[in-house]
Amino acid sequence: MTDFASLSIEERTAHLKATLIKRHAKERRLKIYGLIAIGFALAFLVTLLTTVVSNGYTALQQTEIRLKLDIPVAELVDDAGMIDAKKSANFNWDGMLKKALRQEFPDVKGMMDRRKLSELLSANAGFELRQEIEAKGRIDTPSGYFWVKSSDDVDMLMKGRMSREIPEDQRRLSDVQIGWVDQLIAADAIQKVFNKSFFTKADSREPESAGILGAVVGSALALIVTVVLALPMAVMAAIYLEYFAKPGRLTDLIEVNINNLAAVPSIVFGLLGLSVFLGFFGMPRSAPLVGGMVLALMTLPTIIIATRASIRAVPSSIRDAALGIGASPMQAAMHHILPLAAPGILTGTIIGLAQALGETAPLIMIGMVAFIVDVPDGLTSPATALPVQIFIWSDSAERAFYERSSLAIVVLLMFLITMNLTAVYLRRKLERKW
Amino acid sequence: MTNLSSKLSAKDVSVFYNEKKALKSVSLDLLENAVTAFIGPSGCGKSTFLRCFNRMNDVIPSARVEGEILLNGVNINTPDVDPVLLRAQVGMVFQKANPFPKSIYDNIAYGPRIHGLASHKDDLDHIVEDSLKKAGLWAEVSDRLMDQATGLSGGQQQRLCIARAIAVNPSILLMDEPCSALDPIATAVIEELIENLKQRYTIIIVTHSMQQAARISQKAAYFHLGNLVEYGDTKQIFTNPTHEQTEAYISGKIG
Repeated sequence: MTDFASLSIEERTAHLKATLIKRHAKERRLKIYGLIAIGFALAFLVTLLTTVVSNGYTALQQTEIRLKLDIPVAELVDDAGMIDAKKSANFNWDGMLKKALRQEFPDVKGMMDRRKLSELLSANAGFELRQEIEAKGRIDTPSGYFWVKSSDDVDMLMKGRMSREIPEDQRRLSDVQIGWVDQLIAADAIQKVFNKSFFTKADSREPESAGILGAVVGSALALIVTVVLALPMAVMAAIYLEYFAKPGRLTDLIEVNINNLAAVPSIVFGLLGLSVFLGFFGMPRSAPLVGGMVLALMTLPTIIIATRASIRAVPSSIRDAALGIGASPMQAAMHHILPLAAPGILTGTIIGLAQALGETAPLIMIGMVAFIVDVPDGLTSPATALPVQIFIWSDSAERAFYERSSLAIVVLLMFLITMNLTAVYLRRKLERKW
Repeated sequence: MTNLSSKLSAKDVSVFYNEKKALKSVSLDLLENAVTAFIGPSGCGKSTFLRCFNRMNDVIPSARVEGEILLNGVNINTPDVDPVLLRAQVGMVFQKANPFPKSIYDNIAYGPRIHGLASHKDDLDHIVEDSLKKAGLWAEVSDRLMDQATGLSGGQQQRLCIARAIAVNPSILLMDEPCSALDPIATAVIEELIENLKQRYTIIIVTHSMQQAARISQKAAYFHLGNLVEYGDTKQIFTNPTHEQTEAYISGKIG
C-alpha cells in the first residue's frame, strides 16, 4: 500500500493518472459489451423481419387465368332479367370454366389429361364467379374474357416458389401441366394481381381463397370482450388493494397471488376456461366471447400491477388534500387519483391487450382453433383469432399456406407495433411532471 | 390560565404507530379564535398530534389513536363520527402546498361541490371569490381563475390551499408547517394572513421556526419525544419557560 501522505504532488498526480487510465479502459470495455449485446438483438430482429417479409410478401399477389366465357344468361335469370338464386345454384359453373379452358387447349384429349388440365384452375373458381355474379344480381357482359383464380400450385409456379428443376414425381405439377402454363404465359392469358381475398375473406381449404379477415374480426371481438371485462375489474381491484384493503395476511396473500398470476403459463388459463366456461357454464365453443373472457383473466394481473404502480406514482399529498377538505376515500380516488393515474393505466392496458392479441394457447383450448370459413358476425358465432390462424396455416401442407401464414404474421406484427407505439405516444403525451 | 371558552380539547391522547408510542397521553384545551403553535424538535409528535384533530391519522394503516378529542364537547375519536363530516369542520393546510392539478377555480370549488354547499353556479362563484379574498389571493388571480393552479408560485399555491380549506367554511384550521417550503417574503404574507384569519377561526399551527411561533401565536405547546412538556401563553413560554427542556430548545441549545 502506497503511503499517499508522503508522496509529492507530482507523484500523486502520476498515480491518479495511472489508475484513471485503467478506469477509462474498463468503462470502454463495458460500453463495447453493451453495444455487442444490442447488435445481437438487432441482428436477430432484422433476421426475423426479413425472413417473415421475404416469405410473405408474395402472398399479396394471386395468379389469375384468362378464359373466354359465354355465359348462358337465359339459364340463369328470371323474368325480370335478374339472377335467380335457384337457377344459379343448379347451374354448373365449374363445368363452364373447365370447358372454356379446354377450348384454349384443343389438343388435349382423354380423361386423364382433361382432368390434369382442369387442375390448373382453382377448385373454388366456379363458386367464386357464381358468388360475384349473384352479388351483382345481373350479367352485363355475358360473353368475353374473364379472369379466374388459378390453383395454388400454378400460383406457386408463377411466383417462383416451385422449382422446375426437381424431378417430376416430387413436384405437384407435372411436366405437361407446366407446359400448359407456359403456353398460357406465351398467350398472355395468365397474370398476377393484388390478392384481395386475403384481406376480405375468412379461412378456406383452398389457399387461393383463404383470407385473414375472419381471424382479424375474431381477434377484435375477443379483445373488445377482454377490455370491457378486464379494465374495470383491474382498476377497481387495484384501488381497493392500494387504499382500502386492511393490511394483513389475507391482503398479502392476495397480493402475492396476483403477482404470481401474471407469470402463470397462458395454457393454464385456457384449461381453466375450458373446464369452467365451457364445461361448467356450458358456453359456446370457439366463441370470441369465451376467448375474450379467458384473455381477460390472463390480462387482469398485468393491468392490476400497472394500475397499482401508476396509482402509487400519484403523490400522496393529492390524496391528503382531497381527504383534508372532506372528500370521502372513494371520492378522493375517483375525482383525483384515477384521473392522474389514467395515462399509466391506459398504457398498461394497451400493453396487456397487445399481449392478449398475440396469445394462442388459451384460445386453442377453448376451440378457437376450428376451421371457420365465415367471418364471425357476433360474440357467440364461431371464430378464430389471428395468431391461431397463423398456427393453423403454418401447420398446412400446401406451400401457398406457408406464404400466407408469413403475411399473416406481418399483419399481426403491424397490429402489435401499432398498439405499442400508441402506448408509448400516450405515455409521452400525458406524462405529468411533479 | 384564561377564562375563554375552548371549543377544542384533547384528553389523554396517545398515538401508536404499530406498537411504537409516538404521542404519550397528551391533554390540553385550545383557545378559541386564537393561534396555538405546536413546537418541538423533529419526531416529537407535534404533527401526529395535529392530525388527531381531523382524524387524518386514519389514513395511515399502522396508526392507532387512543383518548378523547372533544369538539364542542363531543368526542370525535369514535367510530360513530364520520371523518368526512369532521374534516368539513376542521380544515387542514399541509407542509407542502398541494393544489390539485386543475384550475384555480376548480381547486376552491371542489370542497363546496362535494359537500353540496352551493346550489347554483352563482353561489359557487361567490364562494370562490370570497375564499380567495379571505386568503388574500383574489387580487393576484381574479383575472386567471381558469389557469392551472400548479402554475402559481409556491407562496401563492399555499395561500390557494388555505383558500381551498376555508371554502368549506370550517371553524378550525390546522396548519402543518405551512411556511417550511417558502421564502421569507412569502412567509410574511402567510403570517399576515394567519393574523387576519384568527378572528374567524381557531388555528393550530405546527412550526419549526421559533421566531414564527413567537410572532403569530397566542398560545404555544412544547413537545419532546411524544410528551407535552409545557403549554401556556406564548409570551410566558418564550420569556420565562417553566421547564429547563423548553428553555434549552427555545434558546437553541438543543433541537
